[in-house]
Amino acid sequence: MTAGADHGRLPGAFLVPGSSSFTEFLAAQAPTLLPSGRTLPPGAAVDAPHGTTIVTLTYAGGVVMAGDRRATMGNLIANRDMEKVFATDEYSLVGIAGTAGLAIELVRLFQVELEHYEKIEGTLMSLEGKANRLASMIRGNLGMAMQGLSVVPLFAGYDTDTGIGRIFSYDVTGGCYEEHDHHSVGSGSLFARGAMKKLYRRGGTRDDAVRVAVEALYDAADDDSATGGPDVGRRIWPTVGVVDDDGARFVPDDEIAPVVDAILASRVDNPGGAR
Amino acid sequence: MTAGMPFYVSPEQLMKDRADFARKGIARGRAIVVLAYDNGIAFIGENPSRALHKVSEIYDRIAFAAVGKYNEFENLRVAGVRYADLRGYSYDRSDVTARGLANAYAQTLGAVFTQESKPYEVEIVVAEVGATPDADQVYRLTYDGSVADEHGFVAMGGGAEQIETALREQWREGMNLSEALVLAVGLLGADPNGGPNRELTPSQLEVAVLDRNRPRRTFRRITGQLLERLLNSEDPTRDAPAADDGAETSVRDVSTNPQTQRPEQDGPSE
Repeated sequence: MTAGADHGRLPGAFLVPGSSSFTEFLAAQAPTLLPSGRTLPPGAAVDAPHGTTIVTLTYAGGVVMAGDRRATMGNLIANRDMEKVFATDEYSLVGIAGTAGLAIELVRLFQVELEHYEKIEGTLMSLEGKANRLASMIRGNLGMAMQGLSVVPLFAGYDTDTGIGRIFSYDVTGGCYEEHDHHSVGSGSLFARGAMKKLYRRGGTRDDAVRVAVEALYDAADDDSATGGPDVGRRIWPTVGVVDDDGARFVPDDEIAPVVDAILASRVDNPGGAR
Repeated sequence: MTAGMPFYVSPEQLMKDRADFARKGIARGRAIVVLAYDNGIAFIGENPSRALHKVSEIYDRIAFAAVGKYNEFENLRVAGVRYADLRGYSYDRSDVTARGLANAYAQTLGAVFTQESKPYEVEIVVAEVGATPDADQVYRLTYDGSVADEHGFVAMGGGAEQIETALREQWREGMNLSEALVLAVGLLGADPNGGPNRELTPSQLEVAVLDRNRPRRTFRRITGQLLERLLNSEDPTRDAPAADDGAETSVRDVSTNPQTQRPEQDGPSE
C-alpha cells in the first residue's frame, strides 16, 4: 500500500509534483481508503447509527457551532455521548448529521486534506476553498446517499481576510450554499431553526451566541426524539465549538454547565421559553 | 546502464564519478545546521528566500531539512508529506515515524543513485522530536541512500565539515534554544577559508524548531521579532513561547480526533 512495492522505494507517484490534494492522491494510490471508493450491494438497506442535530450561528467576529450528543439507530439510542462537532483546522469547524460512521470517516479525511494542503503549499487554504473541498467529498458520496447512507455536514469558519464568521450548508448531491446568520441540520433542525429565528441577534457577543446555540438544541430535543437534550444526571452537555480570530476551540464543560442550568431554570413553568 | 557506451567503465569508477558529481553539487549550496536543544530540535540555515524553504514540516513530530538542488529535494519533501499523511490516515497518527520515512528515503535515494542517469544532488535530514531528549531521532541521508543515525547535531552543505568540527567542541547537551541558535548562526557565518566572519541578520536566516512541549503539531517557523530576541544575548527570551501570540491553545495544537472523539492533548505514547 504505502512504500513497499519496489523494495521500499517510494512509488513514482509520490515524487510527482503537482497536486496538493490528499483526496486526489488517495484516489490514485489507495482508492479503497476513500469513503466514496466502496460500492454497496444493491437493494440492501443498512441499519447504522445516525447523528442528529447541529446548529451554528455567527456573532461579532466569529461563529459558534454546537451539536447534541445523541446517536440513534432506529428507535434505539446508539450512543449518548458522541461528539458531532469537530475542529477541522485552525480556523474551521464541521458538524455532522446523517450516517455517523461515514460522516466521521469523511471528517477525518477532510482534516487530513486541509493539513496536507497547508504543508505542501506552505499556506492555509481559503475559506471558500475549504467549503468547496468538502462539497466535492459529499458529491463523491452520492451513491451511498441514494442507498440511505447520507452524510449532511455543516461547515463554519472564520474568514481571515474579512474578519467575520461564515457558514456553509450542503445537500446530499454536494451542493454548497452560504448561509447568513444561522443554520441547522439534522432531524431536529426544523425546531432548532425556529428557535434560532426568535433568539438570534445580529452582532451579539460570543456568550450570547453560545446561549442561543444551547437553547436551540434544547428546543430541538424537546420535540425531536432523536436529538438528545442536556443529560443532567450524567452531566453530558452539548459540544460547543467556537472559531474567531484566535482560532477554533471548544467551550469547556464547566462553562457550558451554567448556561444549561440557566436555560433549565428559565423553562420551569415556561416549557416553551415564551418571553 | 552502460549499454551503448563504447568503452568499459568499471563499476567502481562509475560509482565514484556519480558520487563526486553529487558531492560537488551539494557543496555548492549554503549549509544547514540541525541542533538538539533542551526543549526540542532546531534547524538553522542561511536562506534569504521567504518562500522557497529548506526546512519543512512533515508530520506532527517530524521535520525535513535539505541542501542541494531545490527541485530534487522539494520532490522528496512532497513525497515525505504524502507518505506520512497516507500512513497516518490508514493507520493512526502515532504510527508515523521518522525511522520509517528515513528508510523510504534511503531506498529511494539508493535506487536513483544506481539506476538513473544522474544521482540526486541532495543531502537531507529527517528528525523526530521525542517526549524526552533521549527519544529524539535525527537521521542524515546522503545522495547514495546511506543513512546515519545522528546524536546532538548535524551540519550539511557547503563548509559542513568545518561546522561539524566546531560543533563537536562547542555543542553540549541541554543548551537552551537561544544558545543553540547563537552557536549555529555564528558557525554559519564563519568563512571556511579562514576569512573574516560574516554577520548574518535574521532576515537572511531560515529557522524552525520541533518544540517538544507542544501537544500535536510541534513544528514552528521562527521569524521576525522572536528570532531577533532569541539571537540577542541581552534579551531575556530563551525559548519559543508555548503558544502563538494570543491564542491559548489553538486547534493546531489540540485537534479533535473523530475516532476517539477526544482532543489529542497528550504527546506520543512512549
